[in-house]
Amino acid sequence: MDVYLPIANLSVNGLWIVALGALTGVLSGLFGVGGGFLTTPLLIFYGIPPTVAAASASTQVTGASVSGVIAHGKRKGVDYRMGAVMVGGGIIGAAFGALLFRFFRSIGQIDVVINALYVVLLGSIGILMARESLQLLRRTGTAKQAARRRHHPLVANLPWRWRFYGSGLYISPLAPLIVGIVVGILTMLMGVGGGFILVPAMLYILGMSANVVVGTSLFNILFVTIATTIMHSLTTRAVDIVLVGLLLIGSVTGAQFGSQLAVKAKPEVLRLVLAAIVLLIAFRMFLGLFYQPDEIYTVYPL
Amino acid sequence: MRALLILFAALMLMGQRDPVLVPEVSQHDVQVRQGFTGTELLLFGAVLDPAGRAGQDYDIVVVLKGPAEPIRLREKERFAGVWVNADSNDFRSVPSYFAVASSRPISDIVDDKTAAIYEFGTRYIQLSPSGSIDPQEQLRFALGLVDLKRRQGLYKEDFGGVQISEGVLYQARISLPSNVTTGTYSAETFAVTRGRVIASAVAEVEVRKVGFERFVEVSANEWGLAYGLIAVLISVLMGWGAGRLFARL
Repeated sequence: MDVYLPIANLSVNGLWIVALGALTGVLSGLFGVGGGFLTTPLLIFYGIPPTVAAASASTQVTGASVSGVIAHGKRKGVDYRMGAVMVGGGIIGAAFGALLFRFFRSIGQIDVVINALYVVLLGSIGILMARESLQLLRRTGTAKQAARRRHHPLVANLPWRWRFYGSGLYISPLAPLIVGIVVGILTMLMGVGGGFILVPAMLYILGMSANVVVGTSLFNILFVTIATTIMHSLTTRAVDIVLVGLLLIGSVTGAQFGSQLAVKAKPEVLRLVLAAIVLLIAFRMFLGLFYQPDEIYTVYPL
Repeated sequence: MRALLILFAALMLMGQRDPVLVPEVSQHDVQVRQGFTGTELLLFGAVLDPAGRAGQDYDIVVVLKGPAEPIRLREKERFAGVWVNADSNDFRSVPSYFAVASSRPISDIVDDKTAAIYEFGTRYIQLSPSGSIDPQEQLRFALGLVDLKRRQGLYKEDFGGVQISEGVLYQARISLPSNVTTGTYSAETFAVTRGRVIASAVAEVEVRKVGFERFVEVSANEWGLAYGLIAVLISVLMGWGAGRLFARL
């Protein structure tokens, strides 16, 4: 099925794009990540111009997270108060990230910076998650889990505490705000929703209860990607509505299946699988930094 | 039928001394709409010599060029084991599309100098480089750019792609891929004999988006905020709709 994309300026096989959307949709419902870290590179690999790929992927993530937020909200899996604080931070971060993007673009290193960020972040988060979930899996059989530190000591030291009932926390709102800002910067720089950073940050830094992590992460991604889409429409004008539509058809259905699977599966196993996917992509990107790239030359319009 | 008409028109013009070249393109208006997967243009016409030497050693070269754009080309280099962008070079007029077809290999038709003047080949495209002064370096960048565009299917050479029948009528097929830039394309036809270009003529082809595709492009560029809001709205509605649908199942 040939579909012409009016902004990307080329024709693609629509079924492949729908399939790609479905894959990221399942991931998004299952793990609470937007799937942007998978969609963007795959679209570029398919031949879509990088800016169009990043911009359209962020719009698609909006749709995938809406259905995820609804699904998780129904079973009280979203801490709206925590989410709102993070969204606030995310918007501040996105604006700051846009400035950084312009700076790296002007010195011509934006693609190298993006690749290096992917490797460092995905690599370290993947290792962290893999270790944690392996330990949990090993422990479950033998004895009851030892009392674990809830959140990072730094978080406990911040002033001005709020109660976050959904997450079962009594911590300073500054902690989720800072997490939000960092994720916002990365969203703008890397063209991803930031779920793969948010989920571990919520678990290991803030110490939120695992059953609200996925829903709250999706809630944050929803609003941050809306802001990113608007910013792209105003500056790069690279959102391809036809491409977005195709991706959405796949991802909204995929997200539903994903969130149904998430209820059934063991969270430790889910985390291990996500860790494996994240590490795989980090490794691929790592090789990309050191191997001779396919294209030595890149064209930038003036 | 059309070719016959042109032939007739050409015969009417035979009173002149210079050879006459009457070119035509199968499609002057290429419409990019939903389902566009590229198209094939047929460049054809007749070449007639008033001295009545028709049927003798003519060669035909056709060059189809898309609208030019200024670009910056960056080159990756290995730095401490990592591939980073190093040098860059600017080109002021890079044709978005370039195709050349001829009746025989270019080297058999004209010498290098003539080929360079008329851009008979991808290595002769006048890219107007600026920035680096070193000609060696400029050549390296130009070759890199041409190679990149060639692999994208946007630059091509087809020596032997022009068929000449009866020494009068010629035709060449040139395909446009789906990733072509819209704008005015120029199709130049050259008649060459004994290493000299003796006649040339230009025809224009307009490549444009129509209907929904044009509407989307115009909206994205003119009404960015509204376009973004609509994109978000579509996303949210589709996500919400799927959520409702699956909740019922």
